[in-house]
Amino acid sequence: MTLLRKYALPVTLIGAALLFPLWNSFLEGAFDVNLMYPVIVVTVYIMLALGLNIVVGFAGLLDLGFVAFYALGAYVVGWLASGHFQQVSVAFGTTATSITGEEVPGIHLSFWIVLVLAGAFAALCGVIIGAPTLRLRGDYLAIVTLGFGEIIPRFFQNGDDLGGFNLTNGTIGIKAIDSPGFPFLPDALSAWQRFGTLELYPWFYTILVMVLATIYVNVRLQNSRLGRAWISVREDETAAAAMGINPVTTKLWAYALGATFGGFAGAFYGAFIKNIFPTSFSFNVSIFILLMVVLGGMGNIYGVILGAIVIQGTNFYLLPQIKTWVNSIGQAVGNQTLATVDIPKYSFFIFGIMLVLMMLFRPEGIIPNRQRAEELHDENPGSGDAMGGPVRA
Amino acid sequence: MATGEVTKGRSGSLLDSARASSWQTRIALVVTAFLLVLLLVQAVRDPAQFFSQLVIGVTNGAIIALVALGYTLVYGIIELINFAHGDNFMIGSFVGLTVLSGTFAGIGLFSPITGDAGTLLKVVGVLLALAVAMAVCGCLNVAIERVAYKPLRNAPRLAVLITAIGMSFILQNLGLIWKGPAQVPFPELVSSANILPTDAIIFRWKDLFVLGMTVPLLLGLSYFIRNTRQGKAMRAVAQDKEAASMVGINVNQTISITFLLGGILAGASGVMFGLFNGITVFNVGFFQGLYAFTAAVLGGIGNLTGAVVGGFLIGIIGAMTDQYIGVEWTSIMIFSVLVLVLVFRPRGLLGDRSAVQGGGS
Repeated sequence: MTLLRKYALPVTLIGAALLFPLWNSFLEGAFDVNLMYPVIVVTVYIMLALGLNIVVGFAGLLDLGFVAFYALGAYVVGWLASGHFQQVSVAFGTTATSITGEEVPGIHLSFWIVLVLAGAFAALCGVIIGAPTLRLRGDYLAIVTLGFGEIIPRFFQNGDDLGGFNLTNGTIGIKAIDSPGFPFLPDALSAWQRFGTLELYPWFYTILVMVLATIYVNVRLQNSRLGRAWISVREDETAAAAMGINPVTTKLWAYALGATFGGFAGAFYGAFIKNIFPTSFSFNVSIFILLMVVLGGMGNIYGVILGAIVIQGTNFYLLPQIKTWVNSIGQAVGNQTLATVDIPKYSFFIFGIMLVLMMLFRPEGIIPNRQRAEELHDENPGSGDAMGGPVRA
Repeated sequence: MATGEVTKGRSGSLLDSARASSWQTRIALVVTAFLLVLLLVQAVRDPAQFFSQLVIGVTNGAIIALVALGYTLVYGIIELINFAHGDNFMIGSFVGLTVLSGTFAGIGLFSPITGDAGTLLKVVGVLLALAVAMAVCGCLNVAIERVAYKPLRNAPRLAVLITAIGMSFILQNLGLIWKGPAQVPFPELVSSANILPTDAIIFRWKDLFVLGMTVPLLLGLSYFIRNTRQGKAMRAVAQDKEAASMVGINVNQTISITFLLGGILAGASGVMFGLFNGITVFNVGFFQGLYAFTAAVLGGIGNLTGAVVGGFLIGIIGAMTDQYIGVEWTSIMIFSVLVLVLVFRPRGLLGDRSAVQGGGS
């Protein structure tokens, strides 16, 4: 019975997610809405939010530059699975083929190899950035991560002429990224040979498997030795250090793991949208992901997933819907401003209000992590630091 | 606050301090010296260009310094990085623009003051714009503190920081709703003509205007903090809130006044930014705010002199990067300064106690 109680909810949710293409086709038949594309994007953001949750939720480090790892992942795919580096011609297990039968210019590695490399590269960058900075506490660390989150996309934007070498193709970005796929499969499974833009379900299952793996890692980490070390460092770094935990290594693990999942998500997203631009990795995206974690509940996996769905749902459906309502009200009362106002343009107005209200009234999020909730409502100054501690020590 | 400085062990001679310095300090000094030499080479090769760029740097630095003071005042007193401060600066420039246009909420109060107006009208217009922007931004800053930060006085530090980021987005989008997404031009009220008789070095009336407005504001702030009762109360609260309230200082009111001062400076800076650069845009506060924050950190957050020194340094670094490396690298350069200072010297150049608390170890 206890086993049933423990696993009933997750198994139901995973089952529902696995069968999504089925009930999506049902929805398409009944209401003429195809949710496949938005659901894939939402799932990418769930993955990003789960990655950030390790950093913010588990380890209590406020990371305002998470978008940097997302960008790194996307650019790794751009470098290793497109025709960007025309000087060379390398191909391995790729889905890219040329019509003439000649070798295609550029590096074309199999997406699955690139995915692993993107995660590893993001983790490496996370360690390089984290190692000197993680000595800092609280708000200073937040600002340093913000600094890196701004520097990296700007570097990609300016990186089209680094001493004559075109690394990132500047503001134009990298175009025509190869699709993932398994070219060795029989022709009966043609949708899986090379993921197309019409049949989206292979994309969906790929990102779903990636998210499930992320969730598995999150769950296993929560109660691991490392997970408990994160809690202790988050609540009181000095006490944790006195107990023999190395705070810098512990934080570095959180930062690197978070970066890895950011890199994975970026790699998938890069392959999915096929063209990447430096401007799509702005500070707003970092805050967007942070809001998902904060809204859902820092440190709670269900909460974070719910947060990602709610925020992306608001972005995709609620705001355009509100726009239609407001515009029709405006037309009805003859107010020109209301009739033409473009609500989604002001999405961050609403998200800003959400951040402030959440922090004022329910800092622990919609589905709180019990321990985090207590830390966030700790009115006793003098204990802890970072997210658990007081304003003034 | 200027009061919180540690009594640093002053080693006798330069040689002693060099011997005691860590390898990090030495590398930093070597790199800085190398960059300075490179600059000096440029200065010798084309002195006129160098000094003209220096003037621009100093003027931009003055604008940044005023915003940096707002960050440092607030950090000194409640140890909060007031992320919304840069956007307050943006609101300041918008308010100034609205005053100069003479029309508010569809009601035309007076005809717009443009570059063709008479000198007297221009002076009155600029002063009016400055005064209104300072008042509005001061009040706005106080209101933000009351609504968003005060309820979180005892909450975790990062919860307040997240709130501040939320406020920043709210203000930025208010600006977007108010003036739209495009850059808005400022009337050219201050002449861009060169004051100096030679054409070699360019020192425009604009530069003089900004510096001439900044210096009295800085002196006024300094007088307020040093000599008035309220300034003394601010210093006391910055040192120890509990002890200050025990001796009868109204802590909440003092914090409000700190935010008021920060807002006033941001408002003035916003109008000057608009008049100096001729444009403003809804998201100008994000970058200018981060530059100013970098300045505050570079000077030593919590230290008023440090904020001013840092402001001028950041202005000059920015102008030199514009000239000798390329405009597109300026923000990377300044953010690198931010990261490097936070990592290797979190207490900044003239740092004090509160900065070390924030920076750990």
